Amino acid sequence: MSDSPAGTSSAAALSTYAMGLGDDALILAQRLGEWITWAPQIEEDVALGNIALDLLGQARTLLNYAGEVEGAGRDEDELAFLRDERAFRNVWLVEIPNGDFAVTMARQLLFSAYQCELYAGLEDSIDVTLAGLAAKAVKEVYYHRDHATQWVRRLGDGTDESHARMQAALDRVWPYVDELFDTDDAAAALPGVAVDPASLRPAWTEYVERALAGATLTRPEPKWHSRGGRTGYHSENLGHLLPEMQALHRAHPGATW
Amino acid sequence: MSTGWPLWEVFVRARRGLAHQHVGSLHAPDAEMALRNARDVYTRRGEGVSLWVVASADIAASSPEEKDPFFEPAMDKAYRHPTFYDVPEGVAHL
Repeated sequence: MSDSPAGTSSAAALSTYAMGLGDDALILAQRLGEWITWAPQIEEDVALGNIALDLLGQARTLLNYAGEVEGAGRDEDELAFLRDERAFRNVWLVEIPNGDFAVTMARQLLFSAYQCELYAGLEDSIDVTLAGLAAKAVKEVYYHRDHATQWVRRLGDGTDESHARMQAALDRVWPYVDELFDTDDAAAALPGVAVDPASLRPAWTEYVERALAGATLTRPEPKWHSRGGRTGYHSENLGHLLPEMQALHRAHPGATW
Repeated sequence: MSTGWPLWEVFVRARRGLAHQHVGSLHAPDAEMALRNARDVYTRRGEGVSLWVVASADIAASSPEEKDPFFEPAMDKAYRHPTFYDVPEGVAHL
């Protein structure tokens, strides 16, 4: 691990950190893939599939890196397909079922806005692998954020029904926002390498609030918020997602095509 | 399935210096989304550096029935082509 600044003590933190970011991308890619052939338009099928593939590419880099740093011989496939629920480190936001198109776009707006700030910050990481990934991925996620922003505005500032459903979708996903910025032990152990999640919130808030204002939507005031995804605690949604995602690999270990 | 979304014609410029080429069409609710859909449908593999979309309804097109009056008269007038003329001797740089 010559290009990593981490010694053995922080190698575990670096592996955990990369795994968390990789799991976010992997699980959301799986969720978006569920839309294929169900989107409102074939053009939107392609757009969602495109976003999903961008995320899958990020997940592959991050999970391979997590496995390499961990040094236990686990590759991307083993990490994606052979871990159980409690070993996944993604935030709860990406686990939320797709719901209607408004829920999917609300989830995408909040998550992509987070990834934009995250990767912009990671471009300055002293870890060359993370910085390199971030420099490439930041262009992808700016487009994801734009796509979601466009749809949130059209639905929020559209008809009475589309407005009501977009607002309901926002209410549905907002309890998962705080967790994005919760303190993360792995990130805290990697100064200069990782980005402090809390530091991303001001820019995230500025972007999202401007998007909501342009869509005539109201920022929800949730009564609870999710936490703990980064330490392996998840909503029941992940328990339903994983068997479908992992079925093929577990039935045919080592299968390739 | 009729979607109610209008049709858009998509033009891609492959690289600087070339003209935009028509590549196909797609549905989108408005021009902004048409551009984004065009990006996803037609330029995912590095095909272009610039995109135009034009509402198909805004294109004025010649009709197939007018094909003969429009194009036939061009066929038998060889003198409209520069190759019809002999270049006089002694004319340089032509």
